[in-house]
Amino acid sequence: MNNWKFWLDTLSLWVLIVPLLLGYGVGRWLERRHYRSIREREQALRHVVALNTRYVPEGVVAGSAQLVTGGVVISSDYFKTFVAGFRSFFGGRFRGYETLLERARREALLRLKAQAEVAGSTLVIGVRFQTTTIAGSATPSVEILAFGTALIGPRGQVTAAP
Amino acid sequence: MVGLPSGIITAANYTREPTVMLVSNLETAPGQRITAHLGIVQGSTVRAKHAGKDILAGLKNIVGGELKAYTDLMQEARAEAVERMTAQARAMGANAVLNVRFVTTSITMGAAETLAYGSAVTVEPTAA
Repeated sequence: MNNWKFWLDTLSLWVLIVPLLLGYGVGRWLERRHYRSIREREQALRHVVALNTRYVPEGVVAGSAQLVTGGVVISSDYFKTFVAGFRSFFGGRFRGYETLLERARREALLRLKAQAEVAGSTLVIGVRFQTTTIAGSATPSVEILAFGTALIGPRGQVTAAP
Repeated sequence: MVGLPSGIITAANYTREPTVMLVSNLETAPGQRITAHLGIVQGSTVRAKHAGKDILAGLKNIVGGELKAYTDLMQEARAEAVERMTAQARAMGANAVLNVRFVTTSITMGAAETLAYGSAVTVEPTAA
C-alpha cells in the first residue's frame, strides 16, 4: 500500500481530528495563560473599585463623571464546540463555555477599570454587563461589554473609594 | 487642571468648554444639577471587518480565545456611535447625555449594528 494513498484516503478523518487536537491542546494552554494574566492584572488594579449601584455612595464627593467601557470578543475553540454539540443533545452543564464566558467578563471589567484609571478615577458606579452573540464562522463567538460611570473628584483629583 | 489627561470633564472646565460633553449611564450627573431635559438622542453604525481579517479570525476559531480584530471593530463602532449621539445632543443645545445604553445586533455574517442612546440634558455644577 502506498503511504500517500493511505493519508489521502483518510483525509476527511484528519480534517476533523487535527483541528480537534489543536483546539484542545493550544486552546487549553491559551486559557491557562489568560487566567494567569487576568489574576495578575486584577491584583494590580485592586485600587479601582467598580460597583453596580446607580447612586454616588455616601461620603464620596464627585465633581464630574465620565463613561468608561471595556469590551472583548471571545471565541470558543474547536474542541469545546465539538463537545458542546454532544452536550446540547444530553443536556447539562457546558463547563467549557462557562470558563470561556467567565474569563471574557473578567477581562471586560479589567479593561473598564484600566480606562477609569487613565481618566484619573478610582471609583466606577452603575456598572452593567452586556453579552451579544456575533455572527461569524462555525464556532460561536460572543462580545462581552462592561460599561459604567467613572467618578472624578471635584477639583480633578482622584476620588476616594468608600 | 494640571496633571489631568485631556478630554476629562470636570466641574470646573466643561461648562466653559461647550465641545466637551458629560456622558454617563446614570440617571443623574454626579456633581451636577439637571436644568433642562431635551429628549432622547441616538447614534448608530453598522460595521463589518474586511475579508482578510475575517479569515484570520476563522483560523483563530480553531484554538479559541480573544478575536482581537473583532474587539477593535466593536470598540471603534461604539466610539463612532457615541460620537454621533453626542453630536446630536450638541445640536439640541445639550451639554450632557445621561442614562446611556448600548445595543449591539448582528445583522449578517461578520456585520453588526451598534447603537448608543441616551437622554440629552443641560446641567450646571452644584454650588460647592
